[in-house]
Amino acid sequence: MNTTSLRRALGPGVAAIALAASLAACGSSSDTNSASGDSSTSAATGAGASGLSGKVAAGGSSAQEKAQEAWRAGFGQANPDVTISYDPVGSGDGRANFISGAYAFAGSDSPMTDDEIKQATKTCGAAPIAFPVFISPIDVVFNLKGVKSLNLDAPTIAKIFSGQITKWNDPAITSQNKGVSLPATAISPVHRSDSSGTTDNFTDYLYAAGKGAWKTPHSSDWPTTKGETGEGTSGVVGAVQGGQGTIGYADDSGVKGTNLGVVKIKVGNTYVAPSAAGAAAGLAASKLTPGTPPTVMAYTINRTSTDPKTYPLFMASNEIACPTYKDKTTAQIVKGFLTYMISAQGQKAAAANAYSAPLPADIASKEAALVAKIS
Amino acid sequence: MKLTTEKAPDRASTGFGSGTRFGLGDRVFSGMALGAGLVILVALAAVFVFLLVQGQDGFHADPKLYAPAASNFVSYAAKLLFGTVLAAVIAMVIAVPFAIGVALFISHYAPRRLAVPVAYLVDLLAAVPSVVFGLWGGRTLAHELQPLQAWLGDHLGWLPFFSGQVSSTGRTILVAGVVLAIMILPITTAICREVFQQTPRLHEEAALALGATRWEMIRYAVFPHSRSGIVAGVMLGLGRALGETMAVTMVLSAGGPLVTWHLITSDNPATIASNIASQFNGENVGIQSVLLGTGLVLFVFTFAVNFIARAVVTRAERKLA
Repeated sequence: MNTTSLRRALGPGVAAIALAASLAACGSSSDTNSASGDSSTSAATGAGASGLSGKVAAGGSSAQEKAQEAWRAGFGQANPDVTISYDPVGSGDGRANFISGAYAFAGSDSPMTDDEIKQATKTCGAAPIAFPVFISPIDVVFNLKGVKSLNLDAPTIAKIFSGQITKWNDPAITSQNKGVSLPATAISPVHRSDSSGTTDNFTDYLYAAGKGAWKTPHSSDWPTTKGETGEGTSGVVGAVQGGQGTIGYADDSGVKGTNLGVVKIKVGNTYVAPSAAGAAAGLAASKLTPGTPPTVMAYTINRTSTDPKTYPLFMASNEIACPTYKDKTTAQIVKGFLTYMISAQGQKAAAANAYSAPLPADIASKEAALVAKIS
Repeated sequence: MKLTTEKAPDRASTGFGSGTRFGLGDRVFSGMALGAGLVILVALAAVFVFLLVQGQDGFHADPKLYAPAASNFVSYAAKLLFGTVLAAVIAMVIAVPFAIGVALFISHYAPRRLAVPVAYLVDLLAAVPSVVFGLWGGRTLAHELQPLQAWLGDHLGWLPFFSGQVSSTGRTILVAGVVLAIMILPITTAICREVFQQTPRLHEEAALALGATRWEMIRYAVFPHSRSGIVAGVMLGLGRALGETMAVTMVLSAGGPLVTWHLITSDNPATIASNIASQFNGENVGIQSVLLGTGLVLFVFTFAVNFIARAVVTRAERKLA
C-alpha cells in the first residue's frame, strides 16, 4: 500500500535529512575561504555615480576596524554601488585569507614574513604590495590616586612590566618625577591576554629602547604568564581602571574619554606625551626594512629616536593587496578604495573615527604611486 | 477490512515495527522522534570528528606556539585543564550547597506564596546572557570583592590558597569561580527542586510519624530518594562550569596555561574555553589547531566526567535497591 511505502521511506528519509544538515553544519566551518573567494570576484551589473559597482571582501587587523568603517562610509558616498566588507578577524587570519585568495586585500598589524611574501606572490602572480595606512599612538596608562601624569623612560617602563620595579615610590620612578608625591602602593602591570599588534609594538619599543632591561624581542603574545591581563584594548583599560596602582598599555583611541593617567615617555632629553602628530613624525623618522620586494613598504620603526617631535611608541598597521587582479572590476574597486584610504580626506576620516595619525606626506605619495599601478 | 471489537491491542500485538493499524500521524511522529534522537548522535560525532581533524596538527606543532607556558602539547593542555578544573571546582564548592539549600527551601520549607516567586527568580538567573555576567563580574563584582580578597590575603595568607601578592583589580580565579557558581545555580537548583518534590509523600509522613524532625526527615527520606537526581543536577552544572567561555574570559585575568594554587593573585591559570576565545584570532594562525586540540581535550574530559558520574550513580542505586 501507499502508506507502508511512505512509512518505510520515512526512517531513512529523516536520517538522510539529519545527515545532510550535520554535513552542511560542519562544512560551513571550513569553507569560509572558498565561499568568500567568490564574493571577491565581483559581478559588474549596473553602474553607480562613479561607474564602479561590485563586491569586494577583505579583512584582517581588528585595530583597523574603526578606521575601515570610516573609509567604507566615505568611499561608499562616492561609489554607492560598491560593497566592501571588512571582517576584523585578526591580522594572522587576514594574511592567511589574503594568501588563500579569499580576501582581495587584507589589513595586518605586523608586516608579512618572507615566507608569506613568497606565498602571496604565488597568489597574486607578482610580488604583493603592502604599506602602512593606519598609525596609532600607544599610550602607557596608569591608575594612581591623585596622579594624572608621570614621566618615565623606556628602561623604567621595561622594569615595571618585567616585575623588577614593584612599588610606585621606587627611586627609579621618583627620580624622574620631582615634585610628585608617589605612594608605596604595589605596581600591578596589566597586559593583553590575546595576541595583538599593540603588544607587538609595545614589546618592540621596550626591547629596542629599554637598554637591556627587556630581554625578549617583540612578539604579539606577552612573553610571560605573569601579571594582570585584559582581553582586548577595552579589557586592559577596564582592568587598569578597576585597580589601584595598575599600569597598562592601550591604543590611544581606547584611552580617550577615560580619566586614567597617561605616561610621558622619554625621547632624547625630554618627556613626550602621546599624540597623533608625534606618531606620524615617528614613522617619518623610520627606515624601510631592507631585503623586501620594492612593492612591500615594511618599516623598521625607529624606537630610539631622540627628536622630541616624535613619539616612538606607536603602531603602524598595514594594508596588503595584489598589484594585479584577474577580475578588472575588483582591481578598479581595490585601487579606488586604497587611493581613498591614503588620501588626505581618507586619513582625516580615520583620524576622526579612530584617533589615528595622518600619514606623513612623503610616505603617502610613495604609497599612492604603488596604488596607481594596480590593474 | 473487517471491523471487530476486540480487547485493546497490547504493544506486542500492534507490532509497532510492522503494524498497519496505526495512522499516518503515528508513523510521522515516531519517525521524527527517531530522527531527533539520531541528530543528537550525529551532531556529537560531527563535533568530535571536526575537533579531531582540525586539531590533530596541534598535537605536535612548532614548540614556539606553546611558549611561554609549555614546550609541548601535553603540558600545554594539562596546564589548561588544571585551570579549567580549578575554576569549576571553586564554582561547585560554592554552588552545590547553595543550590541544594535553595531547592530544599523551595520544596520543603517555604510557604507556597514565597516558594513560587523564589523558584521563578532562580530560573530567571538562567536567562541572563553569559556576556552580561562577564561584564558585571569583571567590572563590578571583582572590584567589590577586592577588599575581601585583601582581607583573606592578610589574615589567611598562611594557607597556600591565599598566599602571594593580592590582585589589585580583584579579577582572580576565585571571583571567576564565584561568577561561575552564580551561573550554574539555576540549573542545579531546578533539578534538585524537581527531585525533592518527587519524594513519596508516604516516606516523608512515615519519617515524621516516627518522631523525626524536619531536618531528619529530609536527611533520611528526601536525600536518599533524590541522590541520583542531585548528582545529575551537579553534573549538568559542572558541564556548564567546565565549558563556560565568555564570562570567564571577561572576568579572569588569565596568564595563559599555568599551574598555581594561589587563588587571589594576578597570575591566574586560563581555562581551556577562555584560552580558545582569547587566542583564536592570534597573529600566528598555527595556534588555531593547537586550540582546537585543547578543545578536543575538553570534549573528551567532559564526556568522561559525565560517564563516570553516571556509573557512580547507577552503582549507588543498585546498592540502595
